[in-house]
Amino acid sequence: MSDTPQKTAAAPHSSNPAAPDPLDEAAVGAAVEQALAAIAAAASLDELKAARLAHTGEKSPLSLANREIGGLSKEFKAAAGKLLGASRGRVAKALAARSGVLEAEDAARILVEETVDVTAAPRRRRAGARHPLSTLQDRVCDIFVGMGWEIAEGPELESEWFNFDALNFKPDHPAREMQDTFFVEPPEAHLLLRTHTSPVQVRSLLERELPVYVLCPGKVFRTDELDATHTPVFHQFEGLAIDKKLSMADLRGTLEHFARQMFGDGASIRLRPNFFPFTEPSAELDIWHPGAKGGPRWIEWGGCGMVNPNVLRAAGIDPDEYSGFAFGMGIERTLMFRNEVSDMHDMIEGDIRFSEHFGMEI
Amino acid sequence: MRIPLTWLREYAQVPAGATAEDVMTELVKVGFEEEAVHRPLDSISGPIVVGQVLSKVPEPQTNGKTINWCTVRVVPEGAAQDLAGDGIDPSGVQGIVCGAHNFEVGDKVVVTLPGAVLPGDFRISPRTTYGHVSAGMIASVRELGIGEDHDGILVLSTLGLDPDLGADALELLGLRDEAAEINVTPDRGYVFSIRGAAREYAHATGTPFTDPAALVAVTAATGPGHPVRLEDQAPIYGKPGCDRFVARTVRGINAAAPTPTWMSARLRLAGIRSISLPVDISNYVMLELGQPLHFYDAGKLSGDIVVRRAAAGETLRTLDGKVRKLDLEDLLITDDSGAIGVAGVMGGASTEVTSATTSVLVEAAHFEEVSIARSRRRHKLPSEASKRFERGVDWEVADEAAQRAVDLLVELAGGTEDTTVTDVGTEPGPVTVFLPAGFASARIGIDFTTGQIVGSLEDLGAVVEPADGGWSVTAPSWRPDLATPEDLTEEVARLVGYDAIPATLPVAPPGRGYSRTQQQRRRAVQALADSGLTEILAYPFVSKAANDTFGVAEAGAPRAAVKLANPLSEEHGYLRTSLLPGLMETARRNHSRGFHDLALFESGLVFLPSGTLGTASIPPLGARPSDDVLDALYDGIPYQPLTIGALFTGRDTPAAPGHTPRPWDWADAIDAARLVADVTGVDLVVEQGSHQAFHPGRAAVLKLRSGEVVGHAGELHPRLLAEQHLPARTVAMELNASMVFDAAADVIVAKPISTFPVATQDVALVVPAEVPAAAVLESLREGAGELLEDVALFDEYAGKGIPAGSKSLAFGLRFRAADRTLTADEASAARAAAVELAGERFGATQR
Repeated sequence: MSDTPQKTAAAPHSSNPAAPDPLDEAAVGAAVEQALAAIAAAASLDELKAARLAHTGEKSPLSLANREIGGLSKEFKAAAGKLLGASRGRVAKALAARSGVLEAEDAARILVEETVDVTAAPRRRRAGARHPLSTLQDRVCDIFVGMGWEIAEGPELESEWFNFDALNFKPDHPAREMQDTFFVEPPEAHLLLRTHTSPVQVRSLLERELPVYVLCPGKVFRTDELDATHTPVFHQFEGLAIDKKLSMADLRGTLEHFARQMFGDGASIRLRPNFFPFTEPSAELDIWHPGAKGGPRWIEWGGCGMVNPNVLRAAGIDPDEYSGFAFGMGIERTLMFRNEVSDMHDMIEGDIRFSEHFGMEI
Repeated sequence: MRIPLTWLREYAQVPAGATAEDVMTELVKVGFEEEAVHRPLDSISGPIVVGQVLSKVPEPQTNGKTINWCTVRVVPEGAAQDLAGDGIDPSGVQGIVCGAHNFEVGDKVVVTLPGAVLPGDFRISPRTTYGHVSAGMIASVRELGIGEDHDGILVLSTLGLDPDLGADALELLGLRDEAAEINVTPDRGYVFSIRGAAREYAHATGTPFTDPAALVAVTAATGPGHPVRLEDQAPIYGKPGCDRFVARTVRGINAAAPTPTWMSARLRLAGIRSISLPVDISNYVMLELGQPLHFYDAGKLSGDIVVRRAAAGETLRTLDGKVRKLDLEDLLITDDSGAIGVAGVMGGASTEVTSATTSVLVEAAHFEEVSIARSRRRHKLPSEASKRFERGVDWEVADEAAQRAVDLLVELAGGTEDTTVTDVGTEPGPVTVFLPAGFASARIGIDFTTGQIVGSLEDLGAVVEPADGGWSVTAPSWRPDLATPEDLTEEVARLVGYDAIPATLPVAPPGRGYSRTQQQRRRAVQALADSGLTEILAYPFVSKAANDTFGVAEAGAPRAAVKLANPLSEEHGYLRTSLLPGLMETARRNHSRGFHDLALFESGLVFLPSGTLGTASIPPLGARPSDDVLDALYDGIPYQPLTIGALFTGRDTPAAPGHTPRPWDWADAIDAARLVADVTGVDLVVEQGSHQAFHPGRAAVLKLRSGEVVGHAGELHPRLLAEQHLPARTVAMELNASMVFDAAADVIVAKPISTFPVATQDVALVVPAEVPAAAVLESLREGAGELLEDVALFDEYAGKGIPAGSKSLAFGLRFRAADRTLTADEASAARAAAVELAGERFGATQR
């Protein structure tokens, strides 16, 4: 055995007795198997850390064996190095793989632990609401502005002239009394709370260039006691178109277009003869409401007609040259049948439940 | 107007099976609105028959009452009972217990047999009472729903009736008729008559019409009747108060004769109670022909009848027994004794027709509308007569109506007519209107044929004659409302049918969209809603006290406000000068309904009178007033700015897991005002202020940059909150939005953005506690000069380390130059300059 090369370059062999012989494939293999088993058995990152220290730490068999390589003679170094390199590589790879699995499990667990009850999310900001009468009024205005009309306004406390005389209400005529009017003190001042939005007609004609296509929304007043279907303060919108050669067919076309915008393509309108001092001919406007509660039906919606020449004259307009039409509807009434409001009280009392139910839409 | 169908059928061709509903459906087509159906059979049904009392045995009862045990024959003698049913005796004789005593054996009465139902769902069945089986009831007028009298049963002879036994009493009493009630517009006074309604029914259905006036044969006068003079000394609007007066006399009448049931039944269906035969006749003729009549007891008249205005101090005791002071404008009917009636409104008591009257003078007059309307209003005497006169009565029909009344008095009350006739007055000239060819077609949008135009107008009773380029149309006497080509156009369109009008959509010229102010308002209210406030719409009616408290900052300075002449309640008799009373009332209502966390806002007009209120006179209609007159009208209308108010009480949000709500406080009120300004592009200045409605230490006055005050915000005064039952710490703001919106710049000029590095420096200043932070901040801004980009207050502190009566304010200053990187020395120098100015102004020292 004299020619058998000495494994160690320097005698005596000073190696750690716990270290496997770096040339002993079986011993190194056993150490690797032990390491892999420990890694595989690690159920948490902490256990994995312990396994890593035990099997790749300075005092681990494989590290110790690796350290022995330095003492080996030259011709054995390569083989030992290869053996231990491959062995330690297997362990490192197993560690990384296991670590990846355990880290992923850990991350998933944390996310699970962070679960909240989303159904208990607090309202951090208060939800406000427009009054549905305002929202509806805005919507009506939008439709007409979309048709190129403009929005006109006037005062609520108005001169009797604008409210009645300019609209061809003759003094002492019963029509004047039908609109139960709030007058103000002193009566000699001839001021009143407007009974309809129609005074804005004459104001618009006096203030604007012809032709005039305006919609006049606003608050109006009648001396009715509040009950389920009446209120002394309510809202109307009034349309007025004055141009050359406007006819009642144009009135019908405008109202039909508007009705469809408000109530869908299934809506249509019906005109019935009626009387208003400020229009001649005059008509009552019914709408065929396809979505009415209890089934489609005709519903009285408002009044309309061809502007009486005396109204044009009150604004200094020659009725032989210009003509036009006007119409007026109640916003409360529209809201009542469009949105199924059955009691006027709900609209005027300011109970927050009423507005908040609608929110910002109508 | 209620239209009994049997009456309508006399003059229009109503199909045999038509109901009141069917009639209304037709009338709706020509412009009337459905009101109601009046149908007695809805509440009464047979068998209800005529019976004759065969025996009547009084039986005293232990309760002190005496009842009559009666047998009543309900079929003709010798005839068999055709009816069958529980309690109906096959013999045709019913045993009935009756509590009334106003009848005798042999009287004919109304018997409600078992199976009948009376108004009030009163079902008749045989019942055992007072020891008898009572199989039916002898009915009173009240039980039958045809009168109020309940003192006894109805004895048919008192109505002048002697019907066959077993006859249908419902038919006999007119209870099988029904009435359609329609709403008549104020321009169609002529439809307040069966004559007018029948004419309109004929228009609606295209069927023939019989004019009831044409059926009256007016007696050829043998000479003038009772002298009548028309002497209106003060016509209104230049029109005489009376332009026709027909007077007829009927003598030897029995005024106590019963009203025939056909007449009382029609009157009842038309809504008029039967009073006495003469009164019933006058009402009947009015309903039939539309001409109100008045009957005088001719024996009580003294001398000529004169129609004139009242004299100063004149009075009249009217039919209702009241003594009325007459106005100089009242049109009167007078005789030598003085006033005997207010024309067209109410007659006088002294000449009233009573049951003892034997001679009647019938008045059928034509009174001017305005005169009647004013007297009716002045004396608060609305009547069927004044209703018709105010809307216009056919001038031509007076003599026919008088004759119709005379004929009925002769026929039913047994009188004799005088053949002398008084008929004075002046016929108004016919109103002729030129209707240009093509006018109606252009206005309606239908290419009407000549036949449609002429035919429609002739159907109305107009006389249509061709004229140059159109037609000359003379309206019938009952249509004073037809005075313009537009009026005629409506009639043509109405009779051709509005359903024939096509639809065309006119194109408006290019518009400008919403005005700036309209956009600002919408943005402001939307922003408030978006930030969590709920919009309300309160009534603008408030008390004087509310205006004096909320409408003016200093206590004790009464607020000029508009007072309503006819408020719904005296308590809320003024127009609001502030939105806060409405917001508080709404908050209180919500609070009482269990909602304690509230953020409310309203946008609406307030009414701020100053200077002249209104105008002493108003210009006439139908003409443009002069610029001066228009300016006066505009100037007389009080300032009504759009105002936005908000109120907060309770907490900002509901409590929730992981969320602590914050109580609303004074700063929220100020912030809401700022929000309105921010979203409309306006710089709002907040200063320490005072307002009697607010907490003296927690009120801000809100101003524009110009210094104009536009509102207040802060915590409401604790005393007011207690009075109003609102929680402590309720806060509010109110802003004159019109002024705020107007202050927005037309164009916002861009600021160049410097990209050089920023230099930030903080400074803490100790100032006296009462110095407003905003003022210190303003002094820093001024002192720092143009290198300062922004400055903000980020902390306020008082307490340990700060002298009593002082506070420490910490500001963050951000410096930047437009053209270079600032050195630390430059920034520090600017900061020092800022501190120095704050020191000068407020004695501020660095902490």
